[in-house]
Amino acid sequence: MLPNSYLIVGSRAYGEQVADIRITDGIISEMGSDLEPGNLPVIQGSGLISLPALVDLHTHLREPGREDAETIASGSRAATLGGFSAVFAMANTTPVADTAGVVEQVWRIGREAGLVDVFPIGAVSVGLRGEALAELGAMAASAAKVTVFSDDGNCVSDPLLMRRALEYVKTFDGVIAQHAQDPRLTQGSQMNEGELSGILGLTGWPAVAEEAIIARDVLLASHVDSRLHICHVSTSGSVAIIRWAKEMGIRVSAEVTPHHLLLTEDLVSSFDPVYKVNPPLRSRADTLALREALADGTIDIVATDHAPHPHESKDCEWDSAAFGMLGLETALGVVVAAMAETPDWSWRTLSDRMSVAPARIGRAVNHGRPLAAGEPAHIVLVDPQRTREVVPAQLASLSGNTPYAGMTLPVSVTDVFFNGVHQVRGGALNG
Amino acid sequence: MKHLISVQDLSRNDTLHILDTARELDRVTNGGSKLLPTLRGRTVVNLFYEDSTRTRLSFERAAKRLSADVVTFSAKGSSVSKGESLKDTALTLKAMGADMIVVRHPSPGAAHRLAHAGWLESSVINAGDGKHEHPTQALADALTIRAHLRPDAVDFDGLTIGIVGDVLHSRVARSNIFLLSSLGAKVVVVSPPTLLPVKIENWPCTVSYSLDATLPELDAIMMLRVQQERMNGTFFPSELEYSRAFGLNRARAASLPDHAIVLHPGPMNRGVEITAEVADGIRSVITDQVANGLKVRMAAMYLLIGGEVNVA
Repeated sequence: MLPNSYLIVGSRAYGEQVADIRITDGIISEMGSDLEPGNLPVIQGSGLISLPALVDLHTHLREPGREDAETIASGSRAATLGGFSAVFAMANTTPVADTAGVVEQVWRIGREAGLVDVFPIGAVSVGLRGEALAELGAMAASAAKVTVFSDDGNCVSDPLLMRRALEYVKTFDGVIAQHAQDPRLTQGSQMNEGELSGILGLTGWPAVAEEAIIARDVLLASHVDSRLHICHVSTSGSVAIIRWAKEMGIRVSAEVTPHHLLLTEDLVSSFDPVYKVNPPLRSRADTLALREALADGTIDIVATDHAPHPHESKDCEWDSAAFGMLGLETALGVVVAAMAETPDWSWRTLSDRMSVAPARIGRAVNHGRPLAAGEPAHIVLVDPQRTREVVPAQLASLSGNTPYAGMTLPVSVTDVFFNGVHQVRGGALNG
Repeated sequence: MKHLISVQDLSRNDTLHILDTARELDRVTNGGSKLLPTLRGRTVVNLFYEDSTRTRLSFERAAKRLSADVVTFSAKGSSVSKGESLKDTALTLKAMGADMIVVRHPSPGAAHRLAHAGWLESSVINAGDGKHEHPTQALADALTIRAHLRPDAVDFDGLTIGIVGDVLHSRVARSNIFLLSSLGAKVVVVSPPTLLPVKIENWPCTVSYSLDATLPELDAIMMLRVQQERMNGTFFPSELEYSRAFGLNRARAASLPDHAIVLHPGPMNRGVEITAEVADGIRSVITDQVANGLKVRMAAMYLLIGGEVNVA
């Protein structure tokens, strides 16, 4: 019997037709009804939904440098438990992933962990300082084959450097993922600027600080005809600018995080820093605009911005706390919860936004593939009936900074196949 | 009520109860000359992460007049300046058996965190948290306004109170806007737009950019301190230009109604937001604010940890 070979029976592919899925040596070899198991182990999938495993274009794995918060191995465990087959690891590590050496190290450690494909993102600028271009070509040509470049955590605020970066990555079909935040407009910013920030006395993070950078960058991308990706879009105004840019034929893609789809700024009234994130939680109207944009494709993908922090970085007063939230293990359930009442939303659409499109933007050719014969067996099974309470201590992440503690998510990931390896069973890591 | 963090947690009746208690405590102590035994054996910790001699002394005196043991813990010269976290300081104070913590901290919400993060069980009074709130100052101001303008009435219906200056960075302004409006006053905020929070139009106040146009309708005017670090910055062109438009001088004070009073939470920049003549003039109730601060702090401590002991 070949290894990594199974027959998944009775699940509904994309939540549509019931189809049995035969996996042979890590590849989907056949799909259809009433397939004969022969001597294959049978996975009962009736009542479950089968999807291509998810792809996260925006993850912070913290290694190298902050292995107290997360490691590539622990982040990989969190990712597979969340239903992912690939994650893109952001460059803001210590040292910064701004050389071929660092990205190859991240890539290699990810291979050793072996639970998901870890694709390093390269820094745009040396040390994320926004002054000089990092060795983008060397990172692209390395064993890690970097295609996505980002100074995430910092905005590439210098327009000339941004222009050069956009131009330079054209040589290897790269993309610049911009953390859109005007640094001058957000000095000391702590939360969304609006009525609530004024009342709470917390320094505001105005929507215009994001929107102004996006407007500038879509025009730059148009001018040099390059590929631009906007990280964690958080405002309705940003949606309008991206919609316009796409109508103009500008090659821009955009992501939204699960937390910006579900949570709103009123949570900040608790002064609990678990709700402190950058960009900040916004208004209800922003959340609704983001949901609509994700459904209609103006926003291409969901990306988690999984940002682990050690306990002490959140167990303090608001100003002193770190920005960021966990996301990998809760992403699917949070997106289902957030999008439940949005028209034109389906499992097929979710699959595009959380698997197909992120793989396409990141040029991860082996991921986000359709459930079809001949495709790699990266498959997630979801139980749409089984709810799940989020308990921080039960998460695989080394950190516990989830804003969803105590919340009940509407669906559960039950099984995950990665290259045909049945590594998540019954919602738990196998072995 | 266990904590006093924000005036927005106070109902109108809560506020009136504190103000009435302040007046009553003042009466039974003969204006503070007699100590009350109410908090004997209780420990009140003044935890000050910012310099504030006035507020710290006021809380210390209030606690001592109620016979509490008072410990003052200031950031300078303590382990705080060596980088101890707020949580670790809280755990230390818990171990010391603090019944009440009076906290001043530069971070908005710090008092709320001390009260609600699960670090300790003490009562917490917010003595100013960044730009957020300073509830006992607003209670002192309300007591002052009541004494001068509404000695026999319950609330502030019909009063128009101006708050002038840097509302954006002022915890005193925030607490006063919400407290005075909850008592029925009409609050008018007068400031250049750069020193106003966005969406202040949704707050319970009206906004004016013209001090001169506002003065004739005011029963009380509160001048806010212009912080030194805001001057010559990007908030307004210069100290002189600010004074010309928003400073209270003798000529401007003359266009107030005859009965109007002038407040300032201190410390003052004489010659910037208020001239010496006005600050020391007949309308000024600034020293009353200080005296009333002591009374409302006694009342707050008494009501939060004094139990059901009868005042009389």
